[in-house]
Parts: sequence; structure tokens; C-alpha cells
Amino acid sequence: MPPMAEIQNYTMNFGPQHPAAHGVLRLVLEMDGEVIQKADPHIGLLHRATEKLAESKPFNQSIGYMDRLDYVSMMCNEHGYVLAIEKLLGIEAPERAQYIRVMFDEITRILNHLMWLGAHGLDIGAMTMFLYCFREREDLMDCYEAVSGTRMHATYYRPGGVYRDLPEVMPKYQESKFRSKKEVDRLNASREGSLLDFIEAFTDKFPACVDEYETLLTDNRIWKQRTVNIAVVSPERAMQLGFSGPMLRGSGVEWDLRKKQPYEVYDRLDFDIPVGVHGDCYDRYLVRVEEMRQSNRIIRQCIKWLRENPGPVMIDDRKVVAPTRVEMKDDMESLIHHFKLFTEGYCVPEGEAYAAIEHPKGEFGVYLVSDGANKPYRVKIRAPGFVHLSAMSEMVEGHMLADVVAVIGTQDIVFGEVDR
Amino acid sequence: MTDRNETLTARLSERFGERIQPVESTCGELGFELGPEDLIEVATALRDEFGFEILIDACGVDYLDYGSAEWKTESATETGFSRGVERKTVILDEADEFAPRRFAVVYHLLSVANNRRLRLRVYTGTDNPPVIPSVVDVWSSADWFEREAFDLYGILFEGHPDLRRILTDYGFIGHPFRKDFPLIGGVEVRYDADKGRVAYQPVSIEPRTLVPRVIRDDNRYAAELKDAADG
Repeated sequence: MPPMAEIQNYTMNFGPQHPAAHGVLRLVLEMDGEVIQKADPHIGLLHRATEKLAESKPFNQSIGYMDRLDYVSMMCNEHGYVLAIEKLLGIEAPERAQYIRVMFDEITRILNHLMWLGAHGLDIGAMTMFLYCFREREDLMDCYEAVSGTRMHATYYRPGGVYRDLPEVMPKYQESKFRSKKEVDRLNASREGSLLDFIEAFTDKFPACVDEYETLLTDNRIWKQRTVNIAVVSPERAMQLGFSGPMLRGSGVEWDLRKKQPYEVYDRLDFDIPVGVHGDCYDRYLVRVEEMRQSNRIIRQCIKWLRENPGPVMIDDRKVVAPTRVEMKDDMESLIHHFKLFTEGYCVPEGEAYAAIEHPKGEFGVYLVSDGANKPYRVKIRAPGFVHLSAMSEMVEGHMLADVVAVIGTQDIVFGEVDR
Repeated sequence: MTDRNETLTARLSERFGERIQPVESTCGELGFELGPEDLIEVATALRDEFGFEILIDACGVDYLDYGSAEWKTESATETGFSRGVERKTVILDEADEFAPRRFAVVYHLLSVANNRRLRLRVYTGTDNPPVIPSVVDVWSSADWFEREAFDLYGILFEGHPDLRRILTDYGFIGHPFRKDFPLIGGVEVRYDADKGRVAYQPVSIEPRTLVPRVIRDDNRYAAELKDAADG
């Protein structure tokens, strides 16, 4: 009999340039054959020192940096930061602005979950998902564009409200050598009215789209083989590890800031919180899919309210919010306010505040320390992905190499926020 | 909310006595200060007796420049204001001792069972490098938070199993979030065609301030006037 080949543990490098690494994750894996003994994530390859940059800029100039943290759920990041400033300033956005924020938070949640579902599917073998999800994402990106002018980095939320009211006209596609008349007409069919009409048309068709995703995945044998009983986290461990959002709910802990510590107008809206049972990848998948349906419900309620209640979307405090262009033309004081706000910014009273929101990925918190200056003294961004990734080693231990990809997918990792 | 805060404050001071000091908050948040020597005991008790199962966040803060501004706002100047703020020359800390309230670690706790939040602040004292006990054994999520605070502020966590840098580059020198670390950093990288690799060199750009830091006394936020306006 020939001698057995000597098998040793060996170390494998995964990433940072790997299509399944969701950005720039470098994993150093200690392997025993194909079983993972230990995973050591190396992060920071996308570190931009957002928090330090924010310390050197007036408060408002950092809102744009927040978009670039978790770059698939832009407005939710802004929301956390803006809420922290509002908390310190002691101001509250007008009701209409609060509804707009909630509506866009939920649009963002769908946007994020679609990206997650598409990428997660693609990673573990369901290629069609990516195409399906991006089809709907495109419509939501158009909502972003209609309201803020950009498809991604909106800078739409401001302390005291939102930048401007929802547009009455939806931008339309134009015929070009790449788009035929017929296709343009099809695309523009739901764009004839206002932005609210467009979003309503989206919410009408979206539940059927979620049904499509579920048809492809929920009872799919291969999907279940890749996700059921993979990376099981008990509720106790989930809390110890600092999980939040769908990761915590997937483990069966009923915790959602929108219900438990409601901000803006969430306490007036009707929606349910899905909770998992087993704490595995499959349950987290189910939780997120159901969250998309619930977000759809919330958006519909917001649309109804917004249609009936016109009003201001920004508070009337000239020490925080710049006056309109029209006012500046014939009012000296407005001109001075405008000048001061854009050259120096506003000073925030001394103190510290922690504002948290239910971000699509978990609890996104901003801890703000102000010493009374026009710039924050310290901004600490509590990114959910950072905490979830820190549990990577524990979650993949004892699983096969191919399951690492399933775990990265289920954690919904985006490097913008992990590295900050 | 305030009533609940008062009840918890009372229960906590009864349990820990003088060792924890409540911090005033302008926005109804509950916060305490305590010394590093009591941290582990208080943290364990908070987790086991008061239901704070989750450590939501832990971060370092450097209070070096707290309350200092780059412009004087109470007197006029003869030369007028300009953007050219005089920069302090940056000397990285070589001192043996720090001011006692220079570095702090701030913990944010969350209780899912009781739906409460709590903030703890621990000043690290005068030691250089600053040292504080690690709470990894109390909450596992502290692992990366403490690595981050070590990386960015140079705070050492005693008892942490694997205190390595986490966010900065391999081989990085210094602790970039300290207030005496310049925003532009110390080194820059470029591709060196001769050597055929990426090379590090000292930064070649000038630091500049676009908007100076200003602290204005704003009457609207003065406590006595605020009460008058509300009442």
C-alpha cells in the first residue's frame, strides 16, 4: 500500500480582489482540507477616514460623505447623521419632511435588499436573481434622481427637513439611437404624472416582483442546500456579538428600532416585523424578503398621506436653514444669513448625542460630540456591517470553503460602511 | 422617558455608589462617567443585573482641542479675517504623560429586554500610552471596536486577545484620529516607474483650512434663556 499523503492545515488568502468579496474584503482562512478552522478578515482597504474628515468641515458639508458610507442605502446613512445634528440643535423636521424621509428610507430599504438579494443569489449560484433585482432597482434609482438630481449620492436630507419638496413632474426618457420609440414609450408609461404617481405605480407592481423572486428561490432545492443550516447564530450569541437589524431578527430576536424606539412618523404607520426562527442564512433571507413587502406597505401609506397634506418640507429657522434664492433677492437679512451659512455654517450647542435608525443592514448610529463650534468635535459612525463582519470567524468556523461566500452574502456586507 | 431615566439613575447610583457619576445631557440621553478600575465590574453588572445585553458601540475620543477655536469672535482684528488660519506645528506625542481628561473611551449599551440605552465614558488617565481594561469578555462585540480604538487613538486594551491594527494600512505609523495627527497624514504613495512598484514618500501637499473652526456664544442655547422661552 502506498503511504498516505501527508495532509496539513494550510492558510488561504481570499480577496481583496474577488468577485464574491463584495468589494475589498481580504480574508485569511485557516483551512483543514476544505473545512474552515478560522477566518481572519482584513479590512480597511477602503478606509477614507470619513469621521476625521467630518471633524474638519462644517456640519452640513459632511452629509455627502454619509452617502458614500453604505453606498447601496444612501439616504438612510444621511438620516442617521442628520438626526444626530437635529437632536443636538433641538429642532424637528416638519411633518411632511418626516413622511418624505420615511418614504425614502423605505425606498432605500428595498433598494438595499434588492442589491443584497441579487448579489447573494449570484454568489451562490442563482444568476437570474441579479438581473431580476436590477430591473426593479432601476426604477427606484429614478426616484432618487427625480428628487435629488443624482441616482446615488443624493445629499437630500438636511438638518431641519429635506432639501426640496417632491417634484410634480417625473423626468422622462428620450428617444436615441440606443432606445427606440417603442421602448421609450414603454419606459415613460408610468412617468407621465408626478413622482408620487410613479412611486405608486411601482408599489402596485412590486409585490408581484417579490413573488417572482420567491418563486425562483424560496422552494428552490439548490438555494436551500446552500443556505439552510448554514451559519446558525443563536439569539444569545447574536446579542453578544452586537448584531442588529435582519441579522438579529433572523436569529429570532424581535427587535426593530422602527417599532421599539420609533423616530420620525413610524409610530403612525402600520407594518409588521418579520422574525426568523433558526438563525441560519435561509431565515435571514426570508426576513429580508418579507421586509421588502413591508416596506412596500409603508411606502403606500406615506404616498397617501403626502398626497393629502401639502406643507413645508424645511423648518423656518434661518440660523440653520438657508433662505431661498427669491428671498435673497430683496431681503438684506436673508442675504446675510445665506452668506454666513455657506461660509461658516451654524454652530451646534455643546453636548453629545447618539442617534440611531433602523438602517436596511441593522442599527446605523451616529455619535456626535460638539463643543459649540461650527464643526463636529467628534463623529463616530456605528456601522452595522462592521459589527457583523467581526462575527465572520465565528460564523464560518466548521463550514466548507464554499459557505464563506454564503456567509458574506447573508451578512450583507458593503465596504463603504465597514471601512468608513 | 425622563422618569424612566431618573429611576434607572437612582437604581444605578444605589448599586454602584460614588463610582459612577451621571453626566448631564441636553437631549434626554442617559450617560455616566467612571474610572477604568471599575469598568469590568460595572460592565458585568450592567449586563447581568440591568439587562444591557448588547454593546452597540465603543469608540475612542481625543479631547485635546475641545473648546478651542481658530478664530476669535468676541473682538475685532486690525487686519481683518482671512482663511489663512495659523497652523500649529504638529509634534506627535512623545510626552511621558497626558492631561488626565485627554483620552476617553465611550461605550453605548442597549438593552433589548428593557428597551433602554446607556452611555458610559471612561477617561484613560495620564498614562502614555493610554491603557484601559478590555470588555471583550463581557461583550464579544467589543473585539473590533477596541481594535479600532487602538488603531485610531493608540489606546491599549488590557486583556484583549488580539489587539492589532484594523483600519489603517499594513505598516502604518501613528494614530490618525488623534487631534495632533494632521488631516493630510504623513506619507503619500505613488507608483515609482524606476523601481517598478508603489513607493511611499512624505506628503508633498500643504495643509489648508477652508472653513475655520469657530465657536460662537449663541444666546438661544443658553440654559436660562431656553427655559424662559419654553416656559
